[in-house]
Amino acid sequence: MAAAVSIVDVVKNFGSLKALDGVSLEIEEGEFFGLLGPNGAGKTTLISSLAGLSRPDSGTLKVLGYDVIKDFRMARSRLGVVPQELVFDPFFNVRETLKIQSGYFGIRKNDDWIDEILENLDLTSKADVNMRRLSGGMKRRVLVAQALVHKPPVIILDEPTAGVDVESRQGLWQFIQRLNQEGHTIVLTTHYLEEAESLCGRIALMKQGRIAALDTTANLMASLPGGRLEDVFVRTMRL
Amino acid sequence: MIGFWTLFYKELLRFWKVGFQTVGAPVLTALLYLMIFGHVLDEHVQVHGVRYTSFLVPGLVMMQVLQNAFANSSSSLIQAKITGSIVFVLLPPIPYSAFFAAYVLAAMARGLMVGLGVLFATLWFTELRLVAPLWMLAFALLGGALFGALGMIAGLWSEKFDQLAGFQNFLIMPLTMLSGVFYSIYSLPAFWQRVSHYNPVFYMIDGFRYGFFGVSDVPPETSMAVVLACFSVVSLVTLTLLKRGWKLRT
Repeated sequence: MAAAVSIVDVVKNFGSLKALDGVSLEIEEGEFFGLLGPNGAGKTTLISSLAGLSRPDSGTLKVLGYDVIKDFRMARSRLGVVPQELVFDPFFNVRETLKIQSGYFGIRKNDDWIDEILENLDLTSKADVNMRRLSGGMKRRVLVAQALVHKPPVIILDEPTAGVDVESRQGLWQFIQRLNQEGHTIVLTTHYLEEAESLCGRIALMKQGRIAALDTTANLMASLPGGRLEDVFVRTMRL
Repeated sequence: MIGFWTLFYKELLRFWKVGFQTVGAPVLTALLYLMIFGHVLDEHVQVHGVRYTSFLVPGLVMMQVLQNAFANSSSSLIQAKITGSIVFVLLPPIPYSAFFAAYVLAAMARGLMVGLGVLFATLWFTELRLVAPLWMLAFALLGGALFGALGMIAGLWSEKFDQLAGFQNFLIMPLTMLSGVFYSIYSLPAFWQRVSHYNPVFYMIDGFRYGFFGVSDVPPETSMAVVLACFSVVSLVTLTLLKRGWKLRT
């Protein structure tokens, strides 16, 4: 069976900057995987490469066995990505946004699932509100909803809780955990290490375009006295 | 195909939601041109044997079709790029050919909608004949498609709104204004007549006008051949840029 995500020796340079320096990584189906690292470590470039937004200089990336360049249609239809930037189309309301996004993925009638997503992300009361009128946290949750409209087997969340209030954050994680239990593979990047600690089964720590550490969350935390992920993170970045 | 239809529908909805600005305003602009030039010149000028106001109307209609088709695809792309919402179209499995077709068709729709608006509004001011409606339709459709595709190139190339404005003000506007909208090129000195023949918009306006009066500066078949050739080249360039993800994918 193909891995949910397979990344082999991926290199990406932006001029003289090595954004990705030979990254290799496999994420199995059904995993809740954490991709952590400081700003500029290469997490978003790696996610962009998987999503087809960025083209690597060399190496291969596959989603459920489909090459993201050669079989881009198969790969992209199996991937849902929550982008890091707070982006939205100001012409549409929340429901229109989700219906349009469903159509892009080839789904015409998706109202039941859209309603379910809205309810789980506490957005039902905002369904007919224009995107411009939402708070930052609500816009972030709509981004999550957009990534989920086509029920992708692999879901990448690039800092999905930045700016989201505590209550909504809990609701979001309950929903994502439910999707994970139903078999969806989750790849999470976050700067909230306690979130990664409680949610992720395995974690990769990235530093300067490379994987600096990769293990189960339990093993990483056991590697230092005190067993805190934050300590492991700080030590790895200082090495 | 659902991805294509959705993108097409989204592009239609985008301009329709601000229809006052995207459809109403250009119709008003064309009417102002007609009222000013028509009032000043109608009593004194005849072109191809028709009154000046009647001669002017097809040119104004076609000019608005072209300018608005260009404005639709270019502004949609630059807005999506600058706000970052282009990512919603880049993440799904939409082929680049469907991307192209959806943007160009939506641009044509806006161009034709404005063109029809101008045509109906000007019927209050002048009587129009329609000698060869198929020629008229063919030039309107193909001209809109060509400028929709050109708008895509401008939208892809531009990284800021002022770059797009430069494209619009220093290329599209002179090409359309100096194409025979307001005059027959035979009223120009010989040198400028020759120069006009290098302007592809001249052939679109002239061919479109043939549909109304059955007379034109050059045969409509020649005009159609030029417009078809231009459309093929611009489409090929646009499709190549989209396939490469030029200025869309890093």
